Amino acid sequence: MRPFDYARADTTSDAATRAAAGATFLAGGTNLLDLMKLEVMAPEALVDVTRLDLHEVEATDESGLRIGALVTNSDLANHATVRAHYPVLSRALLSGATVQLRNKATTGGNLLQRTRCPYFYDTAAACNKRDPGTGCAAMEGRNRILAVLGASDHCIATHPSDMAVAMRALGARVVTEGPDGGRELDLGDLYRLPGDTPNIETVLSDGELITAVILPPPPAGAQSYVKVRDRASYAFALVSVAGVVAVEDGRITSANLAFGGLAPMPWRNEAVETALIGKAPSTETFDAAADILLADAKGHGDNDFKIPLARRTLRRALRELCERAA
Amino acid sequence: MDDTPRNADFDVALTMDAAQPPVLDRTVQGLLGTAMDRPDGPLKVTGTARYAAEALPENLVTGFLVRATITKGRVIGMKAEAVEAMPGVIRVMTGHPLLRNPAQGQAHQAPEQILPKVDYFGQPVALVVAETFEQARHAAQALVVTYEEEVAEVDPNAASQVDKPKASQLDQGDLEGAMRSSPVAIDTTYTTAPHSSAPMEPHASIAEWVDGRLQLRGSYQMLKHNVAELADSLGVDEARVRIHAPYVGGGFGSKLGIAPEAVAAAHAARELGRPVRVVMARDQVFEMTMRRTETTQRMRLACDADGLMTALAHEDRVSNLPGEAFSEPTAQGTHFLYGGANRRFTHEVARIHRPCAGSVRAPGEAVGMIALECAMDELAEAADIDPVELRIRNIPDTTPEGGQPYSERALERCLREGAERFGWSQRRGMAERLEGDWWVGMGVAAAVRTNMMEESIARVTLRPDGTALCETDMTDIGTGSYAILTQIVGEMLGLPREKVEVQIGDSDLPKSSGSGGSFGAQSCGSAVFLACQGVRKHLAERMEVAPDDLTLRDGRATGGNRQVALTDLVEAPMSAEGHVKPGETEDNFSIAGYGAHFAEVGVHRDTGEVRVHRMLGVFSIGRVLNMKTATSQCHGGMIWGIGSALTEEIMHDPRDGRIVNHNLAEYHIPVSLDVPQLDAMLLEDTRDDQANPIQAKGIGELGISGAAAAVGNAIRNACGVRVRDFPATPDKIFPHLPDVT
Ligand SMILES: Cc1cc2nc3c(=O)[nH]c(=O)nc-3n(C[C@H](O)[C@H](O)[C@H](O)COP(=O)(O)OP(=O)(O)OC[C@H]3O[C@@H](n4cnc5c(N)ncnc54)[C@H](O)[C@@H]3O)c2cc1C
Ligand code: SF4
Repeated sequence: MRPFDYARADTTSDAATRAAAGATFLAGGTNLLDLMKLEVMAPEALVDVTRLDLHEVEATDESGLRIGALVTNSDLANHATVRAHYPVLSRALLSGATVQLRNKATTGGNLLQRTRCPYFYDTAAACNKRDPGTGCAAMEGRNRILAVLGASDHCIATHPSDMAVAMRALGARVVTEGPDGGRELDLGDLYRLPGDTPNIETVLSDGELITAVILPPPPAGAQSYVKVRDRASYAFALVSVAGVVAVEDGRITSANLAFGGLAPMPWRNEAVETALIGKAPSTETFDAAADILLADAKGHGDNDFKIPLARRTLRRALRELCERAA
Repeated sequence: MDDTPRNADFDVALTMDAAQPPVLDRTVQGLLGTAMDRPDGPLKVTGTARYAAEALPENLVTGFLVRATITKGRVIGMKAEAVEAMPGVIRVMTGHPLLRNPAQGQAHQAPEQILPKVDYFGQPVALVVAETFEQARHAAQALVVTYEEEVAEVDPNAASQVDKPKASQLDQGDLEGAMRSSPVAIDTTYTTAPHSSAPMEPHASIAEWVDGRLQLRGSYQMLKHNVAELADSLGVDEARVRIHAPYVGGGFGSKLGIAPEAVAAAHAARELGRPVRVVMARDQVFEMTMRRTETTQRMRLACDADGLMTALAHEDRVSNLPGEAFSEPTAQGTHFLYGGANRRFTHEVARIHRPCAGSVRAPGEAVGMIALECAMDELAEAADIDPVELRIRNIPDTTPEGGQPYSERALERCLREGAERFGWSQRRGMAERLEGDWWVGMGVAAAVRTNMMEESIARVTLRPDGTALCETDMTDIGTGSYAILTQIVGEMLGLPREKVEVQIGDSDLPKSSGSGGSFGAQSCGSAVFLACQGVRKHLAERMEVAPDDLTLRDGRATGGNRQVALTDLVEAPMSAEGHVKPGETEDNFSIAGYGAHFAEVGVHRDTGEVRVHRMLGVFSIGRVLNMKTATSQCHGGMIWGIGSALTEEIMHDPRDGRIVNHNLAEYHIPVSLDVPQLDAMLLEDTRDDQANPIQAKGIGELGISGAAAAVGNAIRNACGVRVRDFPATPDKIFPHLPDVT
């Protein structure tokens, strides 16, 4: 770990100003501190945002939910409204990491956690995300947990968050505040695909702080989060599906689906959802949706299996959802 | 320890040349065998047990190891000055005597010291010493090392150098002929992934030279060997090395031999004249200590129409670095578990440049039994015989290769009692039980682990205040040594547990076997038992009765119509040494621990995820010394079995052999949710009088042996998928799942 300056921000604008001048936001630290110890990230200054007034979960005027960026993963998962009306989010959170980590991890930090690509964490490996232009050791290496959708020839990292996948399915919006004011954007617009600049992961500008996540009113239908992983708990997703599905008179009337473990960002493809609307639930219906989802999927050896596994996981999620929604 | 010559009149030495009487069945204290809590437990759960890294000698500085970032070649440059100019940095050390890798278990001499040569990615190439840990680590990361690189082979299947150790090849009868002529024959190949011991406590040492003698606080399993290895590595006399290891936070084989951090710390402390602490970072524990090799195992089995085996072949390939004498004895248990007149064993060691391979809990059986016991399941299926029954039918009368008799062996009982307790009769045909979205099935496997007893010395002193002191350089690696030694002394001398003090973990104490190979409790326990025999003899003399007529209980001696309090009987400390050595019984008998594993699993019909629903292990190990610690060992072993069946795999980069998943987030040991309620049952009435004078065999490794195979066989029964490449992650199962109609 390199020596660094540390300051605690009292206001969001203080935090933004410091960050605009080069400091890195420190929230729960569960990802950032690990990366600093390994010198994968070596900020010269940290600005600790944990004392900012962003710890509340509140109802919005639109009957949705506004989640402060510093609400911990544990508190959010256990929040009564989230459990009752956004169970997919609660389930996703609880399927991530461990109790100890979730007690520290924050909503903002979770959205912006870095990939778990093993070569990203090994400073003796080529990695375009860590050191632009050095190459990608994962491409022909051990890439079991890496992406089959949305990746590029420069980087096949996955975004590891479970929470973000559920939020994407719920149509969450992200509220930020920066040196030049604030904005609100769709969660899907927060992330950038790697292209030839995998080191740039979001559209946030220097100093732009996530202050909250806004959930629209609870959607109709059944919700579930299915996460397939290499052990029963405390492992990142190989494939995950966050789903909200409504069924009326034996036909699917609405479907919101997002996918984890497959792509550099929580993945959503509206064509997959459209293909389900109006259809009667059946393996054929589900597989047709999977065909659309996976049309451009590309494996890299170790992770080839994710393509058929995604199909099967989607089948499982949709079958369960449709049974419960019917 | 003082240097006054001791009275050796009551010392007892025993070489195991003949069966031993069950003395411990006649003692009456009632302490041995009970589920006594560990005396060290409260210290551990309150954080007051001091582990190796937790001392703070004055002037302490910290060293951080630097790893090689090439696979093979040599270090040709190191920008040490640049790093030495960084804040707090004291010195960069490289070259001799730094180790390439740890010593193998019981090596008793220095491991390879090859710098500036590099033999694997991650090998230690330097130690950076600084005032603080953060400074040392940062400087270590900043150190620029240049190399001359050579091409390295890292794939065991493509290796150009493959050794075939003569002693490990065997051809008996006519294997091919028997395979051809038998009505049922299978030819199947299994592979297992490399494993890490992943002990909770990383390898750690604090070295300090006091008056020319090295005092090393370390985390080690076998101190008498570690002293020799450390001394040899440093080029000093053994008498100038002392190791303290009162508590060890898990070893599992990875702390059998002296490791790079200890030699680096000792060397730096000698050079700098200050105490030096070196703790391996988690990734270094993976890279710089021992891994279990990957294996490829071809199994050929044949039987007649009644299931009697006619042929058995176990042919394997493992790997290790060039120059390492150790190779995983994969087929160790296969030699004597089942019959079959026509047999073949071949054993190949691919010389490759992956991190060093060595002993990891149950070397041999842990992975060899996966192949053997899954292959037995395949044979049972092909012969259409119940797998429990097939195993029982093939239990040989004498060893199939040497014709030796077996000592205590309750394999059939374990299988039968286990089947009964588990509800084996409820097992259905393959892929016949779908419960919700889960295919459910049961599997069985035998458990066997070769028993070893090693030379051990211990001293026991009965003091005038009626307390006893037990001294040996034995270690407690989390297994319960403090507990069982307390119990043996208490049982033998008729003392409640509070009256017994156990001092271990100091290399200046009498030399024991140390902990490893499941031999610690029985070897060291036997030495303690013999020392107690000596003390009893002394007491008997005092009481003027024959030792056999002496009864000791609750601090009182009874004999010859007299009862005397020990505090009245013992005027000066009565001390005796016990010394046990292996002898002819281990050549004349096949001695092993036995058991049977039963598992019930669910396999998800879509994704192929496996969940173990319940698991039963029934074990027979002779005398149980402490029901709680022995059961814990079984639980631990069974959990390791679940890990090797389902989740654990070191991933090596295919190009440079480096370990890619060198942390506990990505190296998947089972977590609580992977482990169901475990039922471990120990047969309490068995005794092995050929094993040692306390009739107890090893339990530390038996629980893992075969456990993974029971899980693999249950997967087959549940959903019809036969996994032959472990661990059985979802990707190896879902492509073959049956459709649900
Ligand atoms: C062993 C392990 C296992 C894990 N398993 C899982 C898992 O299974 N599923 C899963 O989803 N996650 C998992 N996690 C990841 C965990 O969820 C994240 O580490 C955590 O959510 C990050 O939150 P934090 O508050 O600690 O972020 P920090 O580490 O503090 O920050 C992460 C990044 O976000 C930036 N940041 C933080 N807050 C803000 C903000 N408000 N605005 C702008 N930038 C900000 C920081 O500058 C930093 O770059 C695991 C982590 C570990 C260590
Ligand atoms: S996949 Fe991305 S993060 Fe991983 S090594 Fe390649 S560039 Fe780096």
